[in-house]
Amino acid sequence: MVIDSQKMKSLAEATSREDVAGRSLWADARRRFFSNKAAMFGLVLLVFVTLFALFGNYIAQWSNEEIDFSVMGMVAEQGGPSIANGHYFGTDDLGRDLFARTVQGTQISLAVGIIGSAIAVVVGTIYGATAGYFGGRLDNFMMRAVDILLAIPYMFVLILLLVMYGRSITMLFVGVGLISWLEMSRIVRGQTLTLKGREYIEAARAIGVPAPVIIRRHILPNLIGVVTVFATLLVPNMILTESFISFLGLGVQEPMTSLGALISEGSGTISYGTLWQLAFPLLFFVLTLFGFFFVGDGLRDALDPKDR
Amino acid sequence: MIVYILKRLAIAIPTLLLLIIFSFLLMHAAPGGPFTQERELPAQVLANLNAKYGLDQPLWKQIASYIWGIVAHFDFGPSFVYKDRTVNEIIAQGFPVTLTYGGVSFVVAVVAGVTLGAVAAVKHNTIIDYFAVGVSIGAQVLPNFVMAPILVIVFTLILGWLPGGGWRFSDPSYWIMPVIALSTSYMASIARIMRSSMLEVLNSNHIRTARAKGLPGHRVIWRHALKPALLPVISYLGPAFVAMITGSVIVDIYFSTGGIGKAFVDSALNRDYAVMMGVTILVGALTILFNLVVDIIYGWIDPKIRY
Repeated sequence: MVIDSQKMKSLAEATSREDVAGRSLWADARRRFFSNKAAMFGLVLLVFVTLFALFGNYIAQWSNEEIDFSVMGMVAEQGGPSIANGHYFGTDDLGRDLFARTVQGTQISLAVGIIGSAIAVVVGTIYGATAGYFGGRLDNFMMRAVDILLAIPYMFVLILLLVMYGRSITMLFVGVGLISWLEMSRIVRGQTLTLKGREYIEAARAIGVPAPVIIRRHILPNLIGVVTVFATLLVPNMILTESFISFLGLGVQEPMTSLGALISEGSGTISYGTLWQLAFPLLFFVLTLFGFFFVGDGLRDALDPKDR
Repeated sequence: MIVYILKRLAIAIPTLLLLIIFSFLLMHAAPGGPFTQERELPAQVLANLNAKYGLDQPLWKQIASYIWGIVAHFDFGPSFVYKDRTVNEIIAQGFPVTLTYGGVSFVVAVVAGVTLGAVAAVKHNTIIDYFAVGVSIGAQVLPNFVMAPILVIVFTLILGWLPGGGWRFSDPSYWIMPVIALSTSYMASIARIMRSSMLEVLNSNHIRTARAKGLPGHRVIWRHALKPALLPVISYLGPAFVAMITGSVIVDIYFSTGGIGKAFVDSALNRDYAVMMGVTILVGALTILFNLVVDIIYGWIDPKIRY
């Protein structure tokens, strides 16, 4: 998945344009967003997946750790999806309820995606806004550092980290967070550079407002549009990264699981005819990605109507 | 131009050095050494082992000799787990395989993606456009680790057309599934980028002028629209290359192709730090080199960039 940098640039221009009298940028954007069918579809998907992750456990008949001994050893014949024995999505290879495990996997994947993206928002915004606002040699140095970090094949470094310092969910969050902010800081810096030249910033500086206050009060609020869109599009990327690592068996540890780990398990057992073990985790994985993808695209189109 | 290339190299070399030093420090700081085993080794044996691999030297000396080994002799040192093999041998075994299917996948992704995106933009808002958009959105949510099992189900288990794994240089039927699994989602990304940039170019003034002076449609597209529309695609090639190398890990595991991705994961599970670092540095060097090439091509195509 890719975030189109050209579109982000044009979005940045659109959101930094000064308001024309009449409807505000945000009211306009809201109207456009809610009349965009793909975005609404994405929103419905996201609501569904979130409800599933939050409340799925109340419907589940089994916990995600319990082994159903009546199907153990005969998973291919008896472990299929059935309402009668309470395994709505069937069982996994060991006889654990796949519904409960999918609920748990969706929770972890969503959490990794959202936390990774949140780290990007905080670190990337502060870093980018600082570099952009102060400019000069500091900006040059900070952005060169980002260039260097971006050139490193981060997945290999992340795996290196996970292997050397033990696999844990905290390490995974740290690792995912470490890489996610780089691209964000570049976009925020570009936007800050544009904003810096505005008269109201000049006026604020003229009356002696200190730099941190200018950044907080006048720059950050104008960055919200770009940051929101980018953060939304970043979530599926983070989910993909986590799933990739879990697929390799380096991610979350049993009995916890994530969608990537479930897909890995499911794809390992397809030759025994237990197709549901792949199908259900995959379905939720695809729904989640589609949801974020459509909502992110919809937000961007709503804030930057140039492309429509 | 030469000054520009030199300038880029001046950034690339420190980057690579930083990567080496960073991964070396990571390895050094990790709990447990390469000779940590369940059964404690006698102190004298451990001291001898450390002396043999140079681990008793001060840290800066170790780093310096490691870097010197790579720079002067292209030598990544011995493997810590396989006593009779060097990192060079392990990499040399897997690298040609990765390079072959990786290269083919890259070409497929670029050619198919650009074609799909360009056609979709030219036939904007027709059934062809919708089809292309549908394909590229669908393919984006199917990353390589999802594509791989699906391909095996369809082509090996159901249809029985292709071998489910393994690698032979002489038999391209072994190449097909790794290439499809690796290239699909990047092809989709390239198609999306190409479509949106092509649409923008087709609506721009110079195309209107070209049409107004009566150039036939295909000449407008080939001569005037394609080149500027390719720029965003070119700047995506660097990240796509990195992602494909990363994806080769999945391909190696899933299709047992035996490339460097396999060596990397094996060494990760064995805690064979020397091999892990060797692969990481090699991949980093490749990435930096590739980005350099992309930058040069970009500067060559984009008339706005002057050195």
